[in-house]
Amino acid sequence: MTWARIMRILLSRLFAVFGLVVVCVNIAHAQLEIEITGYGDTRTPVAVVPFGWQGNDGEAPFDVSALIGADLHRSGRFDPIDRDSMLQQPTEGVDVDFDDWSVLGVEAVIIGSIEQTGENAYKVQFRLFDVYRREQLLGYSMPASRGTMRRVAHRAADMIYEKLTGIPGVFGTKVTYVTAKGEGPSRIFTLIVSDVDGENEHVIMESGDPIMSPAWSPDSRRLAYVSFEGNASTIFVQTLRTGNRIKVSSRPGINGSPAFSPDGRKLVMTLGGLDGNLDINVLDLSTREVTRLTSNVAIDTEGTWSPDGKTIFFTSDRSGGPQVYKVSASGGTPERVTFEGSYNARPRLSPNGEKLALVHLDRGNYRIAVLDLINGELLVLSAGRQDESPSFAPNSDSLIYATRQGRNGVLETVSADGLIRQRLAAAQGDVREPVWSPFPRY
Amino acid sequence: MTNSKLLAVALLALLLGACAAETIPDPEPTDATVDGSGVDTGAWDEEDIGDMESLDYDGQDVLAMVIYFDFDQSEIRPDDQATLERHATQLANDSGASVRLEGHADERGSREYNIGLGERRSQAVRKLLLIQGASTSQISTVSFGEERPAAFGSDEESYSQNRRVEIKYTN
Repeated sequence: MTWARIMRILLSRLFAVFGLVVVCVNIAHAQLEIEITGYGDTRTPVAVVPFGWQGNDGEAPFDVSALIGADLHRSGRFDPIDRDSMLQQPTEGVDVDFDDWSVLGVEAVIIGSIEQTGENAYKVQFRLFDVYRREQLLGYSMPASRGTMRRVAHRAADMIYEKLTGIPGVFGTKVTYVTAKGEGPSRIFTLIVSDVDGENEHVIMESGDPIMSPAWSPDSRRLAYVSFEGNASTIFVQTLRTGNRIKVSSRPGINGSPAFSPDGRKLVMTLGGLDGNLDINVLDLSTREVTRLTSNVAIDTEGTWSPDGKTIFFTSDRSGGPQVYKVSASGGTPERVTFEGSYNARPRLSPNGEKLALVHLDRGNYRIAVLDLINGELLVLSAGRQDESPSFAPNSDSLIYATRQGRNGVLETVSADGLIRQRLAAAQGDVREPVWSPFPRY
Repeated sequence: MTNSKLLAVALLALLLGACAAETIPDPEPTDATVDGSGVDTGAWDEEDIGDMESLDYDGQDVLAMVIYFDFDQSEIRPDDQATLERHATQLANDSGASVRLEGHADERGSREYNIGLGERRSQAVRKLLLIQGASTSQISTVSFGEERPAAFGSDEESYSQNRRVEIKYTN
């Protein structure tokens, strides 16, 4: 008997005793629903053929090809054809008839198979073909279990996407965000991590006091966040796998806006102190040593690292209104970065270091804009009145941010060119402060 | 109705009751046939009540616990100066008392920057309390930014209720 099976039996006994309590906790955090609201200029027609199946049961435990198709569709750059319109459904390379796919105008074909190799062990194979050049572009075999099948499918989709577009896929990435439900004293704040398609939600922390500013560690294993439990702001670092958390900053006054350095060893954070002068500080997580980087009487906050770890970008209202500044991570004189408009805040750099996403006041509306750090152009990417918290995907090709739909906060993703858009909304409550994870560890 | 008001009404009722209970004694019958007409007459006299005294409201004074601010401002409005002076006096007179100043902002703009704006407001209140005699050890500040709105609408009416500092006595 495997440990997994023993656990399942124990859990079912527990459920019999305690009824539906545990289940209800899961239902209360219904996953985000995705709606695609904008597509790319042209979408490439592709075919993701249903995968073959060899195993004990009538059908495979998971429809890998359906998820690959859904991923490619969601990217806004591909148009997977219906299974019904396929003239053939090959599962092996030798059976692919390129003329049949040519007739349908399909440019790429994905085939594959799932083979059961043990009680909970499978082998997933997939191949990608270029219909015009009549050649295999990609072919892999991956081990899987029922628990990893979804991730295996996302991984295959990521590889296919990169092969066809030259851009690494982000289907296997995750997102963390904060939800708030209820009003007044019964308001509940929840910190959640889910797959970027809204599936697979996990509650990381839940509190009657506000939770703010989650930040991923570069290895995706830890989250830093601010919690107001006990009516004071505290920065915690929580290890996802164990749920253990460490209080890393709980000084008098404000402890806010944490962000990990690219090497994961330091946190940039905002400290206010007793006299409430918010400044940018760097905390060494191993020595606990704090280095103050700014000392202006203005509000200095929302620090974030450049990908090379040498520079820290932050928001400061030293010039009157909030603008983005940068300072060397080892200290020095800050230099102003944004000049267009009266309000530019919450900077986040693209992982390739070329672009800066920020909250920009655009004719009375708070919107997400991207400043091109190479040519200095500012592009407004969102169209809401109250948009905030932009965060780049690890491939630098799209962003996620929070906007409002009626009275509720929802999330949106947008491609860096502004064309491809998706909305992610919870069935109930407010969703805010999304942060896109780094690339997954496969 | 607050407890103190109830108490005042009860006190008043008691006073009125006391007055009503104090009946005026009947006049002494006189054997008066003064004018010899054979008709009986009676004398009638009444004791004076005495002077009235006005009563002050004996409940506790209502001292505002929330200070509101203008858009993008952390300046204390002139109307609120007196309120804060009275809080400062209370703190100065009772060294065991302490307050937590909770700063808030409206929802517009970036969340962590709004934490800064809320803190700027609680610091403005803190400074005034310190100038008026409270001591630093009696005051702590926290800013909730836009995270704990008092009103949930997205209009100026709600925003003006959310730009505030709440004064919470913790001791």
